[in-house]
Amino acid sequence: MITSNIDLIPGKKIIEHYGLVSGSTVRAKHVGSDILAGFKNLVGGELKAYTELLEEAREQALDRMIQQAQGLGANAVINVRFSTSSVVEGAAEIYVYGTAVKVD
Amino acid sequence: MEYLIAIGFTILLTVVGFVFGTINEKKHYASILEREEKLLNLPTLTVSAKSLSQDLDLNQFSQVRLVSGGTVLSIDYFKRFLGILRMFFGGNISAYESLIDRARREAILRLKEQAGNADLIINLKLETSDVGSGSGKKNDSSVTCIETFAYATALYK
Repeated sequence: MITSNIDLIPGKKIIEHYGLVSGSTVRAKHVGSDILAGFKNLVGGELKAYTELLEEAREQALDRMIQQAQGLGANAVINVRFSTSSVVEGAAEIYVYGTAVKVD
Repeated sequence: MEYLIAIGFTILLTVVGFVFGTINEKKHYASILEREEKLLNLPTLTVSAKSLSQDLDLNQFSQVRLVSGGTVLSIDYFKRFLGILRMFFGGNISAYESLIDRARREAILRLKEQAGNADLIINLKLETSDVGSGSGKKNDSSVTCIETFAYATALYK
């Protein structure tokens, strides 16, 4: 599965178009990382637990999108976009969407 | 007496925040500059494929890959205090400017590191979001940590 956030695949021709595919996930951080974050708020610096959490969440959202595209019979997703929103305090929603296509 | 202890404790936290926050920031900036120099040869553009294809034959690239990088950075206690003070008087909050600058550059660096031996990176998008306060208090209006996320398409020959 090829994914890109540009609207074409270099050297390949788009032969079929399947429309919008998307994936989303809502993740909360656990209490332990919250306590650590409270400490980090004192001295500043990277909150590694949060970075990892969001990374995993994005990967999962991407996986879900790719699964949907595979179900449609596509072999590439172009024009992929990410968006983040906070649904409730302490949780993040990751949404990823793109256009499923078939290339030769 | 209790007030004195509370004030003393706040001053102590501010001093601790100032000392460790400054050390952390200096270290981070040093590492950013070093890695930026190393990755200087990998051009990273914000232009889309359509406008680029007028000047460059994109068919020379045989592989594309979606690459991304992100980081969550927290501000220290001293700078947060400065920020709150600034919100009272208005004006530039330079204490927060360096935080966001560091976070964005770090995100782009991680993206470039993920791209590996790519020849070109195009259509870079940057996203910033507020992860929210660690304490989860509703009335805590000051931004305590921010998340930056960069994504782009890496092209390989």
